[in-house]
Amino acid sequence: MPTLWLVVSLLVLSAAGFVFGRQRAMSSAEGNAKELHSLPSYYGHNVAFTTLIPALGALAIWLLVQPMFIENRVSGMIPAELVPEGSSLSLMMSDVRRVADGLDFAVDNGVLSGAEASAMDAANTDVRAFLAGIGVALGAEVSPEILVAAQTYRQMSNTGGILMTVLVAVLALAGFAWSYMQTHKDFRARNVVEKGVMSLLIFAASLAILTTIGIVLSMFFETINFFKLHNAADFFFGSTWAPNFRGDSELSILPLLWGTLYVSFIALLVAVPVGLFAAVYLSEYANNTVRSFAKPLLEILAGIPTIVYGLFALLTVGPLLVGTFGKGGFLGVEWMAGATSVLTAGVVMGIMLIPFVSSLSDDIINAVPQAMRDGSLGLGATKSETIRQVVLPAALPGIVGAVLLAASRAIGETMIVVMGAGAIAKFSGNPLESMTTITTRIVSQLTGDTDFASPETLVAFALGLSLFVLTLGLNVLALYIVRKYREQYE
Amino acid sequence: MSDTSKTSLLALSPRTKQRNAAEKRFRAYGVAAIAIGLLMLTVLVTNIFSRGTGAFQQTFVTVNVELLESKLDKKGNRDLEDIKKVTTFGYNPLIRDSVVAKVEELGIQTDLKAKDLGGILSKGAVGQLREFVIANPDKIGETIEFRFLAQSRVDGYLKGRVHRESIGNDKSISAEQLDLVDQLVDAGVIVKSFNMDFITGADASDQRPEAAGIGVAMLGSLSMMFVVLGLALPIGVAASIYLEEFAPKNRLTDIIEVNISNLAAVPSIVFGILGLAVFINYMHLPTSAPLVGGLVLTLMTLPTIIISTRAALKAVPPSIRDAALGVGASKMQAVFHHVLPLAAPGILTGTIIGLAQALGETAPLLLIGMVGFIASNAPETLADGLLAPNSAMPAQIYEWAKRADPAFYERAWGGIIILLVFLVTMNTLAVILRRRFERRW
Repeated sequence: MPTLWLVVSLLVLSAAGFVFGRQRAMSSAEGNAKELHSLPSYYGHNVAFTTLIPALGALAIWLLVQPMFIENRVSGMIPAELVPEGSSLSLMMSDVRRVADGLDFAVDNGVLSGAEASAMDAANTDVRAFLAGIGVALGAEVSPEILVAAQTYRQMSNTGGILMTVLVAVLALAGFAWSYMQTHKDFRARNVVEKGVMSLLIFAASLAILTTIGIVLSMFFETINFFKLHNAADFFFGSTWAPNFRGDSELSILPLLWGTLYVSFIALLVAVPVGLFAAVYLSEYANNTVRSFAKPLLEILAGIPTIVYGLFALLTVGPLLVGTFGKGGFLGVEWMAGATSVLTAGVVMGIMLIPFVSSLSDDIINAVPQAMRDGSLGLGATKSETIRQVVLPAALPGIVGAVLLAASRAIGETMIVVMGAGAIAKFSGNPLESMTTITTRIVSQLTGDTDFASPETLVAFALGLSLFVLTLGLNVLALYIVRKYREQYE
Repeated sequence: MSDTSKTSLLALSPRTKQRNAAEKRFRAYGVAAIAIGLLMLTVLVTNIFSRGTGAFQQTFVTVNVELLESKLDKKGNRDLEDIKKVTTFGYNPLIRDSVVAKVEELGIQTDLKAKDLGGILSKGAVGQLREFVIANPDKIGETIEFRFLAQSRVDGYLKGRVHRESIGNDKSISAEQLDLVDQLVDAGVIVKSFNMDFITGADASDQRPEAAGIGVAMLGSLSMMFVVLGLALPIGVAASIYLEEFAPKNRLTDIIEVNISNLAAVPSIVFGILGLAVFINYMHLPTSAPLVGGLVLTLMTLPTIIISTRAALKAVPPSIRDAALGVGASKMQAVFHHVLPLAAPGILTGTIIGLAQALGETAPLLLIGMVGFIASNAPETLADGLLAPNSAMPAQIYEWAKRADPAFYERAWGGIIILLVFLVTMNTLAVILRRRFERRW
């Protein structure tokens, strides 16, 4: 891995920079650190950072841009008429990459020399058989254009790699030399280093924004691609979800949205009463002993990974429900066919959300001023009347916010519904039937063999974007409600 | 008052009784809610342990295998290349004969054919034998005692998962074979013992649930955690320091702050989509690589770490900063030399909790392809560990849960026990750190 070695040598150079920079500063002050403008280590840091950071930055940018650049150039080489029916340029490009990787592999293992790989000609070599001989399997015959494209791809990647190494090395050495020359006892090293560190801090903080932009853009472009291939009206307002590979898929979000909301509703039906009563009891009735063991124990439920809940739904709760409502079951009715159902996923998700609702509500109830309780109790109300008529109404906006946050969690939850809710998209009011959700479909459309040129795969990005907007909207609404009403009593 | 009946201070009025009853009921609801929550926790934990501990035990069969020269090395010159030419198929008769010999030696009467006798062993037994022979070609011709895995139905029978009634149309095992198993258990040939391979081993194919282990997936998870720790901790701490100590109160800072709190609430699967689109489709990083998983989990953990680091920085009293500034430190020096070390325990606690969260996360890993294949070898080098396809513990558990054979379910529960052991250890560590180093100012 040459990039790894490049990074390692950068680190070594930068460490050397620290030592030399510090030494030069000390010698320019004739060994007397008091003569220096800054502490000696700042001179070292200055050289080390100037060596390392621009070079690393260039490396990162190069690694990001090079694939895009090469991709563009090489895909321009494949004539449009060569793309077979039912295939696409991106599929051809993946063939090109595979051939190029195969050639690289051959060169690495000494089967071919670099020159031979570049000179190989599809007319008189069977490239597929040759690559299969060294253990690289290809899906299709290699046409001359693909081979040429692959050779160009290889050549450009190699040249790119060399150019990158040269650029990074030059930057590092130049940074080293420049900062080393600058080092002098009057050089304001601390100010320079602090400015550099500050810009690194700012960069780290803006990564959060970059991530959001990345999320939105990555889904946005693919969603646009999806709407080019598929009717937007069908996606938003259609009534059937039926992907197939003949190309006439009906991909509508509504049945999935129904399943998602139904499962979330059942989850909230479990989590909100239990969580709320638990919070009320813990904050208003429980003594310290009960509080100190019940609260952490309840919060364990929130720390358990969702895969555990998923397995619990699939293998414990599902069979239990079938044993109750299913054929030959405990109730003697035949309402449930399989272990996966809206109820299975909803109940388990509800259990997961109990601590979420209870700890949020607990904080909010505790924030209601004691004077309000005292006033109510002083007028002769019982404790429960005080809670119902004074504390809860005062805490209501916060509790609504908490419930909305819980709903957003429920809508975005994946593993429990993947394992517990089933795969059939339909509108039905029966909680014992299996239904599917947005997150489940995202997983099923994006796992296994995917073709990023078909609407069946791209729909996952549209679903993802819808999910993102939905959960974000709920969060913003929740925060807005909490913020707006929070300070009313302070 | 329209009510003119006499009231007594000693007897409660009906209305008071009603109100007191309502009070009691309300309180009972609260107790019931707590009880439901704790009950669910108990059910979950007992369920995990009662169904998962079986995975740590496995059934083994001890037999003597005669390594026939006529089968393994026809030319008799112990040439390794010739020995390697014998496929696992060629080892089948040896295994079969060894069970037959054992049954005869014990004097057990049975109507089973030799093929069915050999069938009580795992399909992986031939592979194990072949590896042994290739490693020790000089042993050919000797008779050696081997400890093979029993096939999963036999294992399930000993663990109570498989019953005579439930095997009606099961092709892998018959009631006669189970009778034989009973006798072999009595003779001490078939024993159930601790199964280290489950903890250290690799996943196995659909046909051999008895050989599946979680060790390789554990390494995958470990590599991802290294990536997360190496990226999320420095970036998270740097971002928090800027936002908490230096950022001017302006619009941009506001946007960043809102952004971070929103990112913390984005569904994890969305990060998976991001990873797929950016790291795999755009940057062409290898699919299923722990490096990609680590990058996705880094983005996911970052908000958690930033939020807890900011809380830790906020908890350091301003007097510390003022004192440092007062003796001539620059603002940067005050932060890096004084505030940061004092906030370190809090930052560490938050990081461990963030890592624990990342360790249990599954959904994004499904999208970047960390399921659906069998990672059969442990990575050999560091670069391999990061770039070679691997699974991760939660993804492996999901993979097992999807398979049809119920023997894998036991593996899945067992995997969960291991995962929970990691999580409990990490969280305990975080609590200890907090208790030990937390300072009240």
